[in-house]
Amino acid sequence: MSGILVSWQYRDVFLWGVANTLSLVLGCLVLSVPLGILGAIMLTEAPAPLRRLFAELVDLLRCVPFLLLAYVVYYGLPELGLRLDPWWAGLVSLTLYNTAYLVEIFRAAFLGIARDNIEAAQAFGLSRSLLYRRIILPQVAITAAPVIGNQVITTIRDSALLMIITVQELTFAANFVSANAFAPFAPFAAAVGLYLLMSLAIEAGVRRMERMRRVRYG
Amino acid sequence: MAELEPAISARGVCKDFGGFEVLRDIDLDVATGTTTCILGPSGSGKSTFLRCLNWLEEPSAGDILIQGKPIGRTGLGRDAKRMARNELAAARTSIAMVFQHFALWPHLTVLGNVAEAPVHVLGRPRHEVEAEGRAILARVGLAEKADAYPHTLSGGQKQRVAISRALAMKPKVILFDEPTSALDPEMVGEVLAVIRGLAQDGLTMVVVTHEMAFARKVADTIVFMDAGRVREVATPHDFFANPQSERTKRFIARS
Repeated sequence: MSGILVSWQYRDVFLWGVANTLSLVLGCLVLSVPLGILGAIMLTEAPAPLRRLFAELVDLLRCVPFLLLAYVVYYGLPELGLRLDPWWAGLVSLTLYNTAYLVEIFRAAFLGIARDNIEAAQAFGLSRSLLYRRIILPQVAITAAPVIGNQVITTIRDSALLMIITVQELTFAANFVSANAFAPFAPFAAAVGLYLLMSLAIEAGVRRMERMRRVRYG
Repeated sequence: MAELEPAISARGVCKDFGGFEVLRDIDLDVATGTTTCILGPSGSGKSTFLRCLNWLEEPSAGDILIQGKPIGRTGLGRDAKRMARNELAAARTSIAMVFQHFALWPHLTVLGNVAEAPVHVLGRPRHEVEAEGRAILARVGLAEKADAYPHTLSGGQKQRVAISRALAMKPKVILFDEPTSALDPEMVGEVLAVIRGLAQDGLTMVVVTHEMAFARKVADTIVFMDAGRVREVATPHDFFANPQSERTKRFIARS
């Protein structure tokens, strides 16, 4: 019982942690969704040599453990003269990592669009940019929503690893409370509860998109 | 009054896929206001030829002209430069197409499908296009489906939406690629009736089809293709009553 009380006394620390986790994940989404779309367009449209190079880069990023990537960005980049605050280093590594996955998700979703659909757009004189804006991306938004939702939840979880590079996100906060209040369990349980809430919110968003898909696609 | 310039002409169109000649030196003029039906056995190159007319397939040689203006290349002949993507897109706005498998955009409503290209490609005001779109849909018997999504429609209804989408562009020519081949038999009639109505209104159409009775009734010109060549160009009466080649006779006898 006392652990719960202690956690409540430290609620400001938890709120600060949640704020950092959310700002990192949101910032990461704002950057990586457009980057992921651009990357997928590049994987679809760019001339072959460039496309292969880019595909290798994406594969490389996807096989690096996230923790290692965060280390490289936070401890490695200063050697090249680029020193980032923990939060910014966290944002950069989350964004890089997440973009690599989103590129593949979007590319797969592009491939899933019926070929004749795209052909019809070409036959009716839609330009490349209209084709993407009006035909491909709206369909991708609907069909890829569940996978993207999953990816967001993964990103929320990955962000916990950023405590290693001293980002004051939710896991960092729980650890801080646990250490300072000598409460081994409740602060972490509280953090789990808060992570769960965030994931449920994402799930709710995905379910809305899913309903939209059912109305339109049957 | 008939225009002298054909709505579409194909001159010496060839197409090969990896060394295999699918189309061999095809010439064809489609006069404005007429319906041309292209008949022929499967694999004769009918659909490929139709798709060359709006450059969905790039001919290996030959020219396509829409009312005298080349499409796909900026001039005539093999050496003429390919059109840039946006030029080709602009040229395609005067040729609409109806596909065998409808190819409606599933994320847009019926009216959304009809209005999409006029609004976004031609840049016309949406309210105006939608009013016209509703009138077109009413004409093909789908007024009450304007706000439905394509997946809720039957095949025949989908194809009538696809025809409405083509009409909304007010094109110079409409190309039909086997418009009834993917339909259940009882839905073929409703689609053919719509196309027949358009023919009576004097639209210029090129229809690739297996529906012989339809071609006989509706076509002004029948083009018979076999093995990548045009074997015969005739009026329906001459084509069916007095076929010129043995190949044509066998084709008519079998169908």
